Amino acid sequence: MRVIAAMSGGVDSAVAAARAVDAGHDVTGIHLALSRNPQSYRTGARGCCTVEDANDARRAADAIGIPFYVWDLSERFHAEVVEDFVSEYAAGRTPHPCLRCNEKIKFAAVLDRALALGFDAVATGHYARLVRAADGTVELHRSADPAKDQSYVLGVLTSGQLRHAMFPLGDSRKDEVREEAERRGIQVARKPDSHDICFIADGNTSGWLRERLGPAEGDVVDEATGSVLGRHEGAYGFTVGQRRGLRVGTPTADGRPRYVLDIEPVSGTVTVGPRERLAVHRLQGRQPRWCGPAPDGQVRGTVQLRAHGGEHPAVVRLDGERVEVELLEPAHGVAPGQAAVLYDGTRVVGSCTIAATSRA
Amino acid sequence: MSDFTEAPRVEGDVVYLDHAASTPMYPEAVEVMTARMARTGNASALHASGRAARRVVEESRETVARTVGARPGEVVFTSGGTESDNLAVKGLFWARRHADPRRTRVLSTAVEHHAVLDALHWLAEHEGAVVELLPVDRQGRLDLDTLRASVDRDPGSVALVSVMWANNEVGTVQPLPEVVAIAHAHGIPVHTDAVQAVGQVPVDFAACGVDALTLTAHKLGGPQGVGALVVRREQAVVPLLHGGGQERDVRSGTLDTPAVAGFATALEIAVGHHGERGARVSALRDDLVRRVRDRVPDATLNGDPGAGRLPGNAHLTFPGCEGDSLLMLLDARGIACSTGSACSAGVPQPSHVLLAMGCTDEESRGSLRLSLGHTSTAGDVDALVEAIGPVVERARAAGAASANGYSTRAG
Ligand SMILES: Cc1ncc(COP(=O)(O)O)c(C=O)c1O
Repeated sequence: MRVIAAMSGGVDSAVAAARAVDAGHDVTGIHLALSRNPQSYRTGARGCCTVEDANDARRAADAIGIPFYVWDLSERFHAEVVEDFVSEYAAGRTPHPCLRCNEKIKFAAVLDRALALGFDAVATGHYARLVRAADGTVELHRSADPAKDQSYVLGVLTSGQLRHAMFPLGDSRKDEVREEAERRGIQVARKPDSHDICFIADGNTSGWLRERLGPAEGDVVDEATGSVLGRHEGAYGFTVGQRRGLRVGTPTADGRPRYVLDIEPVSGTVTVGPRERLAVHRLQGRQPRWCGPAPDGQVRGTVQLRAHGGEHPAVVRLDGERVEVELLEPAHGVAPGQAAVLYDGTRVVGSCTIAATSRA
Repeated sequence: MSDFTEAPRVEGDVVYLDHAASTPMYPEAVEVMTARMARTGNASALHASGRAARRVVEESRETVARTVGARPGEVVFTSGGTESDNLAVKGLFWARRHADPRRTRVLSTAVEHHAVLDALHWLAEHEGAVVELLPVDRQGRLDLDTLRASVDRDPGSVALVSVMWANNEVGTVQPLPEVVAIAHAHGIPVHTDAVQAVGQVPVDFAACGVDALTLTAHKLGGPQGVGALVVRREQAVVPLLHGGGQERDVRSGTLDTPAVAGFATALEIAVGHHGERGARVSALRDDLVRRVRDRVPDATLNGDPGAGRLPGNAHLTFPGCEGDSLLMLLDARGIACSTGSACSAGVPQPSHVLLAMGCTDEESRGSLRLSLGHTSTAGDVDALVEAIGPVVERARAAGAASANGYSTRAG
């Protein structure tokens, strides 16, 4: 097959590209330029859009012996991922930009372009497994390395997208991949993993949002008493379930910590309360995406609600575009805007975006 | 899907249509250079080895001078086009302003190479220079009336005029004699970046009247990393690099003796044969343009369609395509060409040259430069013509896929 390997400049995507070559594919490496402002290519040292990253990706392609190009996806990335991120926060929700990027950029804009140019697949360094059935359908499964599993951020991909995806690292553990990179002479073998949001170079998300959304002061209100405990500079600095940085002076009567329970985007009111009030039993979801055929009616399985969160047994009921998730054990700190990814064992069934949560 | 036929990745098999980026070295230049590399000696040393190196440098200087119509004392060897442009632009600006502080204006064109443009921006930002980038017409040619008006507005405030001899992207040759006449009427010195012109069209330093002229070896069959600024003896130039003052005190640093020798050898060959080679190359180029437009009827030629163009340059816009898709698809078939320029991260940028010529962002992005030179053959043209139809078709499909936003797959 003719394969486009998306190379971030990190070790995982480099080894993924090398393995695609070993598997006999005709591989071309590309690095996605995602930052719109060329300045940040020079200044942002931690994001994934720096000159260093492009050069690391290029040097890895040299070591593997494949052609390499930089594709400018900055406009699409800005429109689809960055603006969505900002408007989601402005609406009091907590988006996950990596899911958006996989859904709209890597396996949409890049994949479309690749297919049009005569390629058959896009390979990335995600830790997830694709299982191809005899009838040609493709299932998405958790990685063999549970600590590194990234199937959650791929839960937005449809079967049409998965059919043209390739995840060569799905059966490996991170330490094996690092070792292999060393063995292959890929220079980035020792580069640290990137964990941050790639377009926020200094890692300061609330500062970055404040620059774009401006100050938007509001009250911090105690759920039990309704009294105003303090003021904040912008509700977008908060996420449901957050404990740190509330800066409320009055301690609770029993001395227990407070958590963000709710964010009201219009008034900017942030409601806080004790941990047990975070418990959520039901979720309402929108924008369901199915990694295979859409299930009908009701499914039992487990849901994962955060990139590194645990699994919760659940019953999922479908009604057109609306999804109702009943958690059989309560989950804590579930923020609207996050994705709920549904699993059947290790298989990813699909996902939805959490629209609302309820406590009973 | 035959677009990715077993791509010849071996250099010898490449159909090389990127001479404007770097031209293959003449075997004679390789020979002279490798012979010299086996010998030691610093041209500034006083013993026999030093004298031998010095002799190579000075003979090379005489060759360069003779070939471009200059005196040996006017040839300052540098590390190439970028250094020569910087030395000319900054060095002349500083010298002229030092002589008269009123001289702060620099007149140039919107289509210069970045080595000139960025040097000018730097002067504007850090040295108080007032830079005027004069507009060009649809073909990329400087509008002389604007230049005249700009000079006449206040001739005493102009430090220098810098206009390239020929453009590296679209190949348009600038009206240099007229530029020199306008500037010299007021005693204003003229610098020209002749990197793309030398060896392609006749260039005579003394006859054209410019005060400083930039040359680089790797665009004419010599090695990379060496070039020259040819500058009149009476023209004061403030140096960029300070040190041993090896080159007339205008440029310091031990010269790369083998490279200087390879440069002179290549220049002599390039200039010596440019008449017949120019005719041969421009015939190939015309054939290429004609046949590409046969295959892709809506492709348009940018720049001067007639004689005012470098013989090896073909610059085409393919509507609906992204230049970088075209480049990648051609590269996969072993055909090397170029889009505009890329930033340091390798991101394709819309060309400032095409934008200055009035092209839209989209036209600029859908453009390719195919540049021929001394090693080009009819077979190279055949290979390109063979490939271009399917490649454009694919690139158009990819362009449409990007323009349409979501695919069905993305839901
Ligand atoms: C017109 C022009 N000026 C200057 C340069 C820079 O020359 P060099 O690569 O020798 O620094 C080039 C080539 O890149 C050029 O085409």
